[in-house]
Amino acid sequence: MPDRTLITDAQNTWCPGCGNFSIQFSLKKVLESLAEDGVPPEHVVLVSGIGCHAKIADYLSVNSFYAIHGRAIPVATGIKLANPDLTVICCSGDGDAYAEGLSHLLFAAKRNVDITVIVHNNRVYGLTTGQYTPTSPMGFRGRSTPAGTVEEPFNPLELLLASGAGFVARGYTRKMEMLQGLIREGIGHHGFACIDVLQICASYCNLTGYYDRYVYELSGHNPSVFEEACTKAREWDYNRNAPIGTGIFYRNEKKTFEDQFKRDIQRPEERKAAIRRVLESKI
Amino acid sequence: MSEFSILIGGKAGDGINSAGLTIAQVLNRIGYRVYMYFDYPSLIKGGHNFCIIRASEEKIGAYRDRCDFLLALNQDTIDLHRDLTGPETVIIFDSSRVVKADGTAIPVSDILSAENAPAIMGNSCIIGAFASAAGIGWDALETVFKRHIPKGLSENLKVAERGYRIATGKKKIKQLNTDEQPVLSGNEAIALGLCDGGLDTYIAYPMTPTSNVLHVLAGLADELGVTVVHPENEIAVMLMALGSAYAGKKTAVGTSGGGFCLMTEGFSLSGMSEVPVVVVMGQRTGPSTGVPTYTAQTDLNFMMYAGQGEFPRFIVAPGDTGEAFAWSSAAVKIAWKCQVPAVILVDKTLCEGTYSFSREMQELPEITPVQPDETRLTENGHYLRYAYTDSGISPMKFPPVKDAVIKVNGYAHDEAGITTENAEVIALMTEKRIKKQKFLEKEVFSLPCVYTGGNAGSRDALVCWGSNKGVCLEVAGKMGIRMVQPVVLSPFPKDSVNDALSGVDRCIVVEDSSTGQLPGLLACHGIPVHHTILKYDGRPFSVEGLEQKVREVL
Repeated sequence: MPDRTLITDAQNTWCPGCGNFSIQFSLKKVLESLAEDGVPPEHVVLVSGIGCHAKIADYLSVNSFYAIHGRAIPVATGIKLANPDLTVICCSGDGDAYAEGLSHLLFAAKRNVDITVIVHNNRVYGLTTGQYTPTSPMGFRGRSTPAGTVEEPFNPLELLLASGAGFVARGYTRKMEMLQGLIREGIGHHGFACIDVLQICASYCNLTGYYDRYVYELSGHNPSVFEEACTKAREWDYNRNAPIGTGIFYRNEKKTFEDQFKRDIQRPEERKAAIRRVLESKI
Repeated sequence: MSEFSILIGGKAGDGINSAGLTIAQVLNRIGYRVYMYFDYPSLIKGGHNFCIIRASEEKIGAYRDRCDFLLALNQDTIDLHRDLTGPETVIIFDSSRVVKADGTAIPVSDILSAENAPAIMGNSCIIGAFASAAGIGWDALETVFKRHIPKGLSENLKVAERGYRIATGKKKIKQLNTDEQPVLSGNEAIALGLCDGGLDTYIAYPMTPTSNVLHVLAGLADELGVTVVHPENEIAVMLMALGSAYAGKKTAVGTSGGGFCLMTEGFSLSGMSEVPVVVVMGQRTGPSTGVPTYTAQTDLNFMMYAGQGEFPRFIVAPGDTGEAFAWSSAAVKIAWKCQVPAVILVDKTLCEGTYSFSREMQELPEITPVQPDETRLTENGHYLRYAYTDSGISPMKFPPVKDAVIKVNGYAHDEAGITTENAEVIALMTEKRIKKQKFLEKEVFSLPCVYTGGNAGSRDALVCWGSNKGVCLEVAGKMGIRMVQPVVLSPFPKDSVNDALSGVDRCIVVEDSSTGQLPGLLACHGIPVHHTILKYDGRPFSVEGLEQKVREVL
């Protein structure tokens, strides 16, 4: 039997100081804790998009589908639909989830498919060498906007809440213990879960000082009340300076997408008989 | 008479398609082989819809330029189809809506009020009148109504009987003693064929002309044990399908050209990740929105080359419901065996056309799942999703498998599925994917990839693909020339096409396009084309229309 470590031999090519290391470490810890609780690693599938975050599919030694830019979420949805017994974790960049694949994020929330989306939100395109993303602050000077962006950022938490997401959380890569907890809670949530993870991009958007100053942990917040979640989500709009809450903003379990499909396994001869019946009805 | 045609027309919302299908079933009941063409503009209510139902002792797949019966539920049916009628045409019309016509007047409104029946039942009244005029026994009509119009049966029968009593036997048609056959649309045949091939899941966003594959499978999901999903757009459709296939479910998607444009990035991902998928691709008049509810054969080049990069693909273009069933089933098996994307390339004519379904066309040789080379499946006990093998086919496992890490990747990858930018590995893995082309060819070329008909000894051949099979077969038969239809288009069965064309001096390609895409493909393989007969007005060729064009070039 091969040795089951959770890290592959692939050479890690993230920049020194990259926030992705924290997410990978947290995810590895979560996978270990899942295994202790009876979810063996082979029951986990990791789906990634394209960009620095996506390399996590190479680095973690679990089943994975290294997909294409913006499309991790529909792949994850297809996997969960095909086999609801799998634990499906979807790592996505902010460019993936909030730009190229925004519709998929909102529809996954709407249909409440039981996947856990971790958005590696470094608020910049890193691998394409520094362009603004939907969550870059207004005026962000990137290589495609040398004079600064003229658009306000999205508040992804508000978008998620408006789309019916049943689990909405925000983490920060420099608060690793909390991050592990959020990922674990997100996986445990029966239904769609999204964790927006504020992540440092060491090369193109290093907001360490800013986040260390404004980030705080939610306390006394009741995540089961939708209005309270909306109010808390609006506290910081990803643009102006304001306290940045981290933790679970909203949690509400409801029927999942994949639970509503019948899954009767037909034997081939039953299938042939069903086809014959349909053909006979066409006479 | 051994063959005849009926045109029934009315406004959208009059139930013209169902009326046409009912007539087709009545003719099926008395032993005829049927073909129905449904013509409708893209709107929900109003406009002018019509069906041409043709019945024959022989199997047919095309309409003719004349009709023996004209059934008018609106004035347009009288006014717009004068070219199809003649003095011998029996005209039956709804006198409450048609003001100017000669023929048998049926006061549909009065009959409906007398029976307290809703307006949609007007077509039953006309069908009753038609049956009577054609000398069809009431029993046949009643049986068909009972089997196919369960809703409001007694009212439908009452209004039909009133129509039946008013009309008289104008043109009696012969009752045949042939057995009935299932009457299927191309979309229904594709849906059932996919299921026959072992389909688990069908994912699609609605788009004419393949929406009915989605509707049929959604309606029969429990009966056939298929999971059916309609996501937010075609991008999601394709990617969900790949996720589903990765997790072990045989999955197909359906769309038309515009939707497939959105699917191409996922199609290429299928090629690179070697996660199979089947695409039902129904062509319609293009480019862009084009003419949504009309036909074309203009996406052959698109499908041959869609997607960035190089990867093998299977493309099959069935020409009737028999081929649609058999090859849709085969497409699922081939895609999974060869781990490639497969395309069932059809068009509006076949998708929404209705044909007698002949069971003899259903059987293709069995496609057995692959026995992967037993070499290099693992390394140090680790499963390798992309293990390098002689055939290029690596063993495909689906999560969860204990002690196996199953990694698929759209990025260039090594045997374990881990991203690589190493020159040697990139080259090796590219060769592995291209090797699958040979494997696919071996697999596919053992099947009957080319259909031939007409006069095998003729030195003239009509060459066509897809839905033009029916009309070409009939014209070739009439003119005593050869007919050749490559059914598989990728990998291209060059040897079989050459065999089918051996001894041919003049090769005439028939296609619903303005540039001639099959001639281009044939030219790539050194097969000379002497004439092309092209049609690009959104309507399929009629038998007479094609015959005239062929006579012009011969």
